[in-house]
Amino acid sequence: MSNTSRTLLLFLAVTALAAPACSKRKQEGRTIKVDGSSTVFPITQAVAEEFQKTDPSTKITVALSGTGGGFKKFCRGEIEISDASRPIKPAEVEECKKAGIDYIELPIAYDGLAVMVNPKNTFVDKLTVAELKKMWEPEAAQKIATWSQIREGWPENKLRLFGPGVDSGTYDYFTAAIVGKEHSSRGDFTSSEDDNVLVQGIAMDENALGFFGYAYYIENKEKLKLIPIDDEKPDNGAGPIAPSPETVANGTYQPLSRPIFIYVSSKVAAEPAVAKFVDYYLTHVKKLSADVGYIPLPDRAYELATKRFADKKLGSVFAGGSKVGVTVEQLLASEAEGK
Amino acid sequence: MATTAASLEGTPVRSGSTGWWQRTSASLGERLIELGLAGCSVLSIFVTIAIVVVLLYEGVEFFREVPLRDFFGDTLWTPLFPDSRHFGIWPLVCGTLLTSGVAMAVALPFGLLAAIYLSEYAAPKTRRMLKPALELLAGVPTIVYGYFALTIVTPILKLFVPDLAGFNALSPGIVMGIMIIPMISSLSEDAIYAVPDSLREAAFGLGASKLPTIFRVIVPSAWSGIAAAMTLAVSRAIGETMIVAIAAGQQATLSIDPREPTETMTAYIVNISKGDTPTGTLEYKTIFAVGIMLFIMTLAMNLVSYRLSRKLRKQARA
Repeated sequence: MSNTSRTLLLFLAVTALAAPACSKRKQEGRTIKVDGSSTVFPITQAVAEEFQKTDPSTKITVALSGTGGGFKKFCRGEIEISDASRPIKPAEVEECKKAGIDYIELPIAYDGLAVMVNPKNTFVDKLTVAELKKMWEPEAAQKIATWSQIREGWPENKLRLFGPGVDSGTYDYFTAAIVGKEHSSRGDFTSSEDDNVLVQGIAMDENALGFFGYAYYIENKEKLKLIPIDDEKPDNGAGPIAPSPETVANGTYQPLSRPIFIYVSSKVAAEPAVAKFVDYYLTHVKKLSADVGYIPLPDRAYELATKRFADKKLGSVFAGGSKVGVTVEQLLASEAEGK
Repeated sequence: MATTAASLEGTPVRSGSTGWWQRTSASLGERLIELGLAGCSVLSIFVTIAIVVVLLYEGVEFFREVPLRDFFGDTLWTPLFPDSRHFGIWPLVCGTLLTSGVAMAVALPFGLLAAIYLSEYAAPKTRRMLKPALELLAGVPTIVYGYFALTIVTPILKLFVPDLAGFNALSPGIVMGIMIIPMISSLSEDAIYAVPDSLREAAFGLGASKLPTIFRVIVPSAWSGIAAAMTLAVSRAIGETMIVAIAAGQQATLSIDPREPTETMTAYIVNISKGDTPTGTLEYKTIFAVGIMLFIMTLAMNLVSYRLSRKLRKQARA
């Protein structure tokens, strides 16, 4: 046998051996596709894993392409459930309406947006909302380039910024809360949809500052330094406050706390497999969200959400995009009203 | 098939020596094979044309909304930020040239010296072992190189370059250089090896020792081959995507400081297409405009390399 044909034979044999691994296993039951926010991803992932143990016949895939990316797919009918770290925007409502897709909005937890620097950074002990605005507003592009421009006495070091991709709800919420206009910021910072890239970037760079969901901070605590934020409004906690389960839940870590959601497509909500998964989600998310670093809502909120889903109540209680500074009580009230 | 039958019988098919039916079917078979072969070679041309058509089609859409004056006149590239939108291509071109420049600064000396060693100094046995080992570098998946740059090379570089950013142009540039060393060394070695022995002997005969022979006689006569290898390597560096997408950061800046984060054209295209920029929007169309620019740059490099290697072949024949 010639060398070539032997190689060819070997190749074929390897391919033949590998082929069964690639072929799809026969599936009975439904596949539920979830996509959207990278902030909500760990919760949905945890719930899906637990759910799969109790019901292996339903397959659940969880992807992350940002809240905006998730809604785009949701309104095209490509996925059943959309993870969202901000409420649906008017433009997305339009988009969904055009495609004839309606949705049930379910709040699942609270999240704080953490602002972090490199652990070797010794001069930053706190930041005010005004200082953050100075760094991130569109006018800062090409102009605000060193730490000394933010506060007097800080060194001439380069200021290197890291933030989530522009398709993410976290970016939208941060810009709404800090810059004052949703989806508006400077363009010259390192932006990535993958929060682990941001962790890496801040952890490797002494002059870095970045923001993302509190849960990712908890996961990477030793590589990052959390910065307390002062909103200079004494009525919700005076002085700089760092995010923690307590400060997020009691509404003192403002304006960077926000509720996060899942949106269920009305087209599939009645299907038994989907309904079973969503019910499972709402009963178990309290424990599971705390496990992965989020702040659970009060029991009453989950009761209201479960009822909302059972009644197939469509639409959003947050018509009009991100609202900055929605506390747990306000969320409860609007949920109760909307039920 | 008639051809197989004929060859099995040991009678080669020759026109005139067999029956008419056999002849026509034989030439039909031949013609089918020929057609198949031609199809294979035309396929690549067809694919290239298809790519150019798609690029131009979508690119024209882009340039209908963004004038060429902005594309080439602006120095900012921030198409994703609605409140400060700029479409100046230069930051991306700059990022690409910067990382490619670093890569060439690494790959050129190492590749060339490796080629000289392999063809002029190494014993046949060493050469047999070293050459495939070196070529192994080109076979490492680029995603592995990317994380190698980010998690190993960057922290090491930080020890020597204190002001180095976490994402920077230097580290992926160096790693990219390592990746293209075999490209330069293999092609240059072929060129050096092809230099006729008579030249070497003549140099020795004139009393030159080995080193001057190599650098004054052999390398200059192999120069067009080496230059062809270089240009191919440059276009490989320009087109490299994964390493820079992972390790260079995603921030398009018009800066030639290799310590700072940068974004290349390829990395930009990757970031847009893996995100969820909806098709049909202006943001989405930017990748075709960038693609055209990239295509033109690599095409130019490949043409130069083609010219050079043709010149080399003429020289070799002469």
